[in-house]
Amino acid sequence: MAQGNNSIKKILIVAFALCIVCSVIVSTAAVALRPLQQLNQELDRKTNILNVAKLYEPGMDVEEVFNEDITARVVNLETGEYTDEFDPETYNSFEAARDPASGRTLSGEKDIAGLSRVEKFATVYLVGDAGDPDQIVLPIRGQGLWGLMRGFLSVEGDGNTIVSITYYEHSETPGLGAEVNNPRWQSQWKGKEIYDEEGDLSPEIHLTKGGASSEHEVDALSGATLTSNGVTNMLQFWLSEEGFGAYLARFRSGTDPEDAEDTDTNFDDVEGA
Amino acid sequence: MADVNAKSVLTAPIFKNNPIALQILGICSALAVTTSMSVSLVMALAVIFVTALSNLFVSLIRNHIPSSIRIIVQMTIIASLVIVVDQILKAYAYEMSKQLSVFVGLIITNCIVMGRAEGFAMSNTPGMSFLDGIGNGLGYGFVLMVVGFFRELLGAGSVFGFTVLPTVQDGGWYVTNGLLLLPPSAFFIIGLMIWVLRSLNPEQVEENEFKMKENTQPKEAV
Repeated sequence: MAQGNNSIKKILIVAFALCIVCSVIVSTAAVALRPLQQLNQELDRKTNILNVAKLYEPGMDVEEVFNEDITARVVNLETGEYTDEFDPETYNSFEAARDPASGRTLSGEKDIAGLSRVEKFATVYLVGDAGDPDQIVLPIRGQGLWGLMRGFLSVEGDGNTIVSITYYEHSETPGLGAEVNNPRWQSQWKGKEIYDEEGDLSPEIHLTKGGASSEHEVDALSGATLTSNGVTNMLQFWLSEEGFGAYLARFRSGTDPEDAEDTDTNFDDVEGA
Repeated sequence: MADVNAKSVLTAPIFKNNPIALQILGICSALAVTTSMSVSLVMALAVIFVTALSNLFVSLIRNHIPSSIRIIVQMTIIASLVIVVDQILKAYAYEMSKQLSVFVGLIITNCIVMGRAEGFAMSNTPGMSFLDGIGNGLGYGFVLMVVGFFRELLGAGSVFGFTVLPTVQDGGWYVTNGLLLLPPSAFFIIGLMIWVLRSLNPEQVEENEFKMKENTQPKEAV
């Protein structure tokens, strides 16, 4: 038996047959379960968006509420206008960032969030009436202590007041940095203001140690300085002119991002006028 | 391994011949996934599934596996099963699979699975091998659940996500011990478990591999 098993012919037959059987099993499982998995991912994303917009309640029909209350739009980050070039259902900003055509490389000192590449167009989610939204949910991401953190920031329709923040993907230390998803910490964000009175595109919001004292400050996470720095940096990045600065400026100045052609795209001019 | 009966094959690995506590296999994943009990439970079920089925399949074809490629054959079977588990978790327990992340994939390199396939399934009948896989999976799961219990209770004040000790962060009285949420704490708990198990079953204590010679002269110590 042992002799027969070790002949080259037998070895090849066994190896080949095993590979065929195993690959059939693996590919069947992967193909059969893919629709369910994609549904889960989609549901997870929608749950997070509802969560950050404070619309989520356990046990609710996420799909239905999402379709009813939320409109997804793709925004041109440079001008802050909506674009119909991409379908918000299928547009993937993570892939777009990698593509030379739809993404751009960040230079060293501008790349405070540690992203190295960023997309030119991003998907935003409007809560309520799409023309005059109650809330705007913005995707944010950036380096924390151990890796990339991805989340959503929800801003009121004035483009300045924060509703909430949540992270759906991060690898921060449990009990310290991972407290970014502690509801008690998240609740501090409500009512904080991103920009100051000056009306420029540089965000003032940041985390601070030893007690927040102004509407631009939020308590840092205790014992997680580097995670806190990461959160500050990604907010500073995504809310500046590199990110959603121009888009939010339209809400602050009352210029509808919809009728882009009629208005001046330069926010400073709008302020001066 | 001389006389194999179903009951001992199934139950021995839980206390008497525990893969983690006695054979010291599969420690790495025991450190990583035991921060909460529900995650430990899913991980334990995944490992039971993989060890049982990989033992079964390896045993079924054991007479046809050429000895020169047997490790590769075992790895292929194990890897396929692990991918299937991973896909199932992603489809039916998405939240859980997000928390387990890479550790499901790492079951492939879990020494328990490989060790049982090579050490037991290659030389025993399919039925016995299947039971042996379940037994060893249970032994692994038992340690995971105990470690997970202490880590979640003392580290986060809860058991299976239900608050038992109200923590200071949520307005209670219990100050959580952050160390227990970090991997080193699992080492301490597993170490203490091994101590308890070996005190209960003194025959598990290994002979010293060598005897240290006593110092005969004071200056040797310097």
